[in-house]
Amino acid sequence: MQGPLIDTLVRQGVSRRTFLKYCATLASMMALPPSAGLAMAEAMAASRRPSVIWLPFQECTGCTESITRSHSPTIEGMIFDMISLDYQETLMAAAGFQAEEALHNAMKDNYGKYLLIVDGSIPLGVDGAYSCIGGQSNLEMLKEVGKGAAAIIAVGSCASFGGIPKANPNPTGAVSVSDIIKDKPIVNIPGCPPIPVVMTGVLAHYLTFGKLPELDDKGRPKAFFGETIHDRCYRRPFYDQGKFAKTFDDEGARNGWCLFELGCKGPVTHNACATIKWNGGTSWPVESGHGCLGCSEPDFWDAGGFYKALSVPADPLKIGAVAAVVGAGAGVAVSFANRAKKGAAKSAHETTTLADLEK
Amino acid sequence: MNELQLLTWVRGPGLNIAVGIFLLGVLWRLFEIYSLGRKKDLSAPRHAAGASGLHTVFRRSLPPPGLLKRSPVSYIGGYIFHIGLAIVVFGFAPHILLVKNLTGLSWPGLPSQFIDLAAVVTMAAMVVMLVDRINKPVKRFLSTFEDWFTWAVTFLPVLTGWMAVQHLLLPYTTMLAVHILSVEILLIVLPFTKLFHAFTLFGSRWYNGRVNGHKGVPV
Amino acid sequence: MSATLEKGIRVLKEVIDAPIASYFNSCVHCGLCAEACLFYTETGDPKYTPIHKLEPLRRVYEQEYTLLGRLKKMVGLSKPVTDGELDEWQELVYNSCTLCGRCSAVCPVGNDLVYMVRKFREGMSASGHAPAGIKSAVIRTVTIGSPMGVKLPAVQAQMKHVEEDFGLPIPLDVEGAEYLVVLSSMEIINFPEYLAAVAKIMHQAGKTWTLCSTAFEATNAGIQIGNSDLAKVIVSRIVEGAEKLKVKTVISPECGHAYTALRWEGANLIGRPFTFEVKHIIEVLGEFQQQGLLKTEGFETDKLTFHDPCQLVRRGGVIEQPRTLMNLVAKNFVEMPDAGYMNWCCGGGGGASAIEEGEALRLEAFKKKKSQFEAVKPDRVVTACANCRIVLEESLEHYQMDLPVIGLTEMIAEHIPDNAPQAATQS
Repeated sequence: MQGPLIDTLVRQGVSRRTFLKYCATLASMMALPPSAGLAMAEAMAASRRPSVIWLPFQECTGCTESITRSHSPTIEGMIFDMISLDYQETLMAAAGFQAEEALHNAMKDNYGKYLLIVDGSIPLGVDGAYSCIGGQSNLEMLKEVGKGAAAIIAVGSCASFGGIPKANPNPTGAVSVSDIIKDKPIVNIPGCPPIPVVMTGVLAHYLTFGKLPELDDKGRPKAFFGETIHDRCYRRPFYDQGKFAKTFDDEGARNGWCLFELGCKGPVTHNACATIKWNGGTSWPVESGHGCLGCSEPDFWDAGGFYKALSVPADPLKIGAVAAVVGAGAGVAVSFANRAKKGAAKSAHETTTLADLEK
Repeated sequence: MNELQLLTWVRGPGLNIAVGIFLLGVLWRLFEIYSLGRKKDLSAPRHAAGASGLHTVFRRSLPPPGLLKRSPVSYIGGYIFHIGLAIVVFGFAPHILLVKNLTGLSWPGLPSQFIDLAAVVTMAAMVVMLVDRINKPVKRFLSTFEDWFTWAVTFLPVLTGWMAVQHLLLPYTTMLAVHILSVEILLIVLPFTKLFHAFTLFGSRWYNGRVNGHKGVPV
Repeated sequence: MSATLEKGIRVLKEVIDAPIASYFNSCVHCGLCAEACLFYTETGDPKYTPIHKLEPLRRVYEQEYTLLGRLKKMVGLSKPVTDGELDEWQELVYNSCTLCGRCSAVCPVGNDLVYMVRKFREGMSASGHAPAGIKSAVIRTVTIGSPMGVKLPAVQAQMKHVEEDFGLPIPLDVEGAEYLVVLSSMEIINFPEYLAAVAKIMHQAGKTWTLCSTAFEATNAGIQIGNSDLAKVIVSRIVEGAEKLKVKTVISPECGHAYTALRWEGANLIGRPFTFEVKHIIEVLGEFQQQGLLKTEGFETDKLTFHDPCQLVRRGGVIEQPRTLMNLVAKNFVEMPDAGYMNWCCGGGGGASAIEEGEALRLEAFKKKKSQFEAVKPDRVVTACANCRIVLEESLEHYQMDLPVIGLTEMIAEHIPDNAPQAATQS
């Protein structure tokens, strides 16, 4: 469906006013000035929908599920109508030859201008054979399709940082998009999965301003990943007071106390869960009583266990007992040497006489 | 290595190595020092109330008559620093969790704003003591590289921990990793520097109190 | 002429023990020991910091008895202790340390520095680095019998004086007497009133006592030079005399290091516990007073203060008795600041008063004592150590302060009525 978005919206019964309200909300969530809301509305309303190619690599499809479980199906769906989603294996109707043809046509027709969305990690092991689509490895596909992309959006922690396939011992040799592509603008939208509106917010920004939003040192949009969960958590006062839940069903847990002791990784996790929340603002993990897993940070699977608090050793201390024994052993050995030396000095004692006072 | 990997490393292998060297060093050094033994005192003891090794272990924490006036910075600065450090180390909930994980012991923590205040006061006291060590002729005369080094190694954990909580300079995850790393360095050097006084002062005070208690003098 | 550095180091290796190891490892360079030492407080020179006086000993400890120290030595990274260094340290270990023990009382980590200095002197003396003045005193004590060269005839002459002037017999070599009284040279020569005082006191108390012709000298220069072998030779005379005469108690005179040598170091020097008790004359007086055997009359009315001899009070544990005795015969007894076990040294103990080249330093350190006197403004100073008395007198004279110094035992004896009835018969 091509043509101005606003026509589509009107056809689906969404008034211009509702659409403006939505854009204003989106703009404010991204900490953009009020004028940006209007700019977004006008840009999106008149936009000629750009081509978007979505490549799924070594992924669980959770990111696709998340983006489609957006809180206002009608409007989110419309945002998708804003773009021309020319290739998306889960959502598209075509399969087999027809699907591949759609991909190649989209690439040819929009060369240099299409947006490439990637979810899932890229396995390098066995020359990339661990994950192939239509006989082509993900690695080859990424390089090929990436060549003509205007920008790449790495959706989910797998595409952004390697995700669960990369977790120790990384049997498939999984890496992130930014490990492969070095010459294109890349936005990382991590999360396992990411919050739906975070994904759409980035798209909206691109469509409005023609460029990606401000990114942090990990390529994540600062608007959504600039603060840690800990700094925006509603249970923070309990952390500061020292009130912690010690088990999942104790009095502290039922009183909604801080989950630090139960392994919450909020302090080291950058995401918007604490403010935007999930399922249309219904709740989020901490509010439901489970500590943050840190899913929008690189290597969160190998960060020492979800239920181990940050100040606790990541692995059990193994060498303590051995070290103590070795230390005691060394000490005892030195003691023997010392006693022997002292004894020798004593045996060699020459009683001092008056003559011995002079050199 | 990104910052979360660094954090995971210092929480994992780094801590393993540091605690290992610490335990090894402490045991080795305790044996090395105390195995030298001492000769029994064959003179007849005098028994005086309040004069014994154990008494001195506690009593020596107080300034003897006249000394507080002569060196107030040493005493007051010393008290503030040690007590402040104890409050921060043993009163902050994440630290208590670490102790619980390692030993099974735990106790209620203090509110984090109070810990914050204690940390700032501790650092101020440490800076004052550093300046005093530079200014006072005796301290300056006695000081070697080890004195400055151990000051830094003790100051950095407090500073970096406080900076992490305050979100200063480096991103939190990195600052936290640096903080844990600085503690690991402290653990590694402790048994081999003057910081070992944390263990030997009990023996020293006890020997001193015993010798003087034998003579009936409560020191 | 056989003292060598090697001997000295070997001796140090012998004497280093767990306490010394613990002390060196506890020191945090806080400098509080300097604040307690009169040689630092009155000169402001940091080299007199007590722990610094022990630096060569610390290096011997590190290089000989620590694994890391030994490894450093093996790879040539450690600084050996040299003869020249010990030479340099002589002033610090002897001239500027009177073994007063104030440093040990203040160290926050509990270091017993005076104990370490005493041990360090073992190595210093064995390597030939003791000061000439103390060496001469030791030589005289060992060869002649007393550091001032006093021999038995001189003692007997004093005995005769006392017998004539006071009409009191002075027993000599009486077997089975309860108390053996030993004297210090200083008393025999400078303060002979002490002997008379003792006679008076014993007479009133009705106690049997005696001098010993082979053991009349209590002063032990071996302790001051810090050499246990020589100190043992000296103290053994008293032990032999006491055992020969089968006395119950040996009374140590008003001399600081004599008490330390006999009461605390003696048994350890000879390697076995004593079969007799050792008490300082002030302790004995204190006991007599408590038992009602010491009766005095009259009071001194001028303002008096008491100088605490280091070896008696802080290092000897005889803290309360001087006060009790002062109050017995003085109406206007005023304590000086820091009185008691934290009092300041006269500056002449530990052999320091025998070191000629250390006199200037001693006089400067005396300013501390001077300030205490100026705070109290007494008419006279009382003390219970003959060496303190001489040092105080000479130093006060140097500063042109007209302040008489008297001995406590003498002062007490002056208040014993001459015709006091005997409590029991003399044997």
